Amino acid sequence: MDAIKQISIFARNNPGQIERITHILAEQKINILAITIASSGEFGVIKFLVDQCEKAYECLKSEGMTVSLNDVLAIKLTDKPGGLYKVAKILRERKVNIDNAYMFVQESRKQGYLMIEVKDINKSMELLKGEKLQYLKKKDCYPRTKKPVKSSQSGK
Amino acid sequence: MFWNKEIETLSRKKLEELQIDRLKKTVKKVYDKVPFYKNKFMETGIKPQDIQSLKDVTKLPFTTNDDLRANFPDGLVAVPKGQIIRLHTSSGTTGKPKALFFSKKDVDVAADQMARCLIMSGMTSEDILQNMMTYGLFTGALVMHYGAEKVGCLVIPAGPGNSERQISLMQDFGTTTLHITPSYALYLADIMESMGIDPIKDLKLKRAFVGSEPYTEETRKKIEALYDIDVYNSYGLSEMNGPGVGFECGEKHGMHLWEDNYLVEIIDPQTLLPVKEEGQVGELVLTSLNREAMPLLRYRTRDITSIIPGKCPCGRTHRRINRITGRSDDMFIIRGVNVFPQQIERILMSTQRVGKNYQIVLDALDDITVRVEISKDMFDGNMEHLVDLQKEITGKLKAEILVTPKVELLEPGSLPSFEGKAKRVIDKRKL
Repeated sequence: MDAIKQISIFARNNPGQIERITHILAEQKINILAITIASSGEFGVIKFLVDQCEKAYECLKSEGMTVSLNDVLAIKLTDKPGGLYKVAKILRERKVNIDNAYMFVQESRKQGYLMIEVKDINKSMELLKGEKLQYLKKKDCYPRTKKPVKSSQSGK
Repeated sequence: MFWNKEIETLSRKKLEELQIDRLKKTVKKVYDKVPFYKNKFMETGIKPQDIQSLKDVTKLPFTTNDDLRANFPDGLVAVPKGQIIRLHTSSGTTGKPKALFFSKKDVDVAADQMARCLIMSGMTSEDILQNMMTYGLFTGALVMHYGAEKVGCLVIPAGPGNSERQISLMQDFGTTTLHITPSYALYLADIMESMGIDPIKDLKLKRAFVGSEPYTEETRKKIEALYDIDVYNSYGLSEMNGPGVGFECGEKHGMHLWEDNYLVEIIDPQTLLPVKEEGQVGELVLTSLNREAMPLLRYRTRDITSIIPGKCPCGRTHRRINRITGRSDDMFIIRGVNVFPQQIERILMSTQRVGKNYQIVLDALDDITVRVEISKDMFDGNMEHLVDLQKEITGKLKAEILVTPKVELLEPGSLPSFEGKAKRVIDKRKL
């Protein structure tokens, strides 16, 4: 079971914010796998799953953005009716509460992933041990990060 | 340690008896000797004998900056000219300076209360004071000088500037105590670093009296860390003898204001009435109780502070005021409530997870919006935490200013930053 890193960015809720962020990611050739936005009036938190999370984190930070890197679970779903239900049932049985969740579908709808944020990732992973769930593996998420990430952009 | 233990620890009852006695004398003196005050009394129908208790002070007229300027140069002097031995001036941002006169006794009283301050900070006659304030028309350097001489310290009248000489004076004569402006203290540390001098290992500094410019608690801590010394806050104004009107003791929690020499009031600058409870923020108003040449009644300092209720563990009975957080001219009114930007600032500074920069916007509907930058390091990607933070700030601000503000959380660096005096309040109602 791998925990996957997710990038969260604090932003004012006004036009151009996503553009500003995605421009930086595009320039750095970082691929976005999934995006979700939580908003509360004037401000919001934009979350990205990307193929080079450490690099994305450093780049966004050096551009002066307010960024954080968090662990999430990416549970594999079968892309057919009842796929999410099966996973949700297990989470309930294991008393894993979802703080925040979003989905992304990979490889032209063969399979999807349910990304869930939980309070205590290690505890949740422990609770889910033994369940027949499949997870997104780090190597599938970050195919290009075998080389050490250059962090020359990080300012000081 | 005390310079004058009896006076510094006098019971409140005795202290207040002394105050009323001195207040009566002061009132009578200005009524008899200063036409400006006599006229003011006549206008309001007040007679010196109407002042029988400390509460009666509110019957007395205020004295303002403008009054000092209107009576320039010596209209407020209450003694024959032959008794005046010193002139100081205080510059204003506009117009003529204010002229302040001292008699021989005034110089002595100023030095004596300065000596109390110095001893209170732990100084002894063994200490060596390097006085790096400007000697001249300003009170800062001279009053400190006289106070330190009273204590019996060696005083090095260095004056400001010429950093290399300052540093060699410190090295050659083993300076233990600095009297310095905060900006110069920070600058000097840089110079020392570039000269390869470690202020902690290579110098014998123990403490610094930092003043003449407003500075924050963070700056104090920074100076303390750079030199490994204690920094004491002080309060003073030329109109009231200069430095040493109030000073911190070893507790470093508020400045004891010498109440045998000054009658302290905190007023609402809008209504000019005393604040309702001790501890409430307002404008500091001082009546000199022990000045001979130029006594002033209810002088509006324009400085915003509050009295710290309760006793100080050091044993001194003279009440403490908080760090001056601004000028009364900065006050604004929202839905009928007086608010000082400093009240909002204090709440924000005491809140974790927000930065130092903020802005207050007042709009046409009499709504107040407080815009604050979140702290970069504290962002954890969790939306709930941000919403909680917003609620926390809103709640705390409401409790402080009695109006529910709209709180906007902003990205760090998105508000304009200020080098000097920050413009925090944007009042769109005036447009």
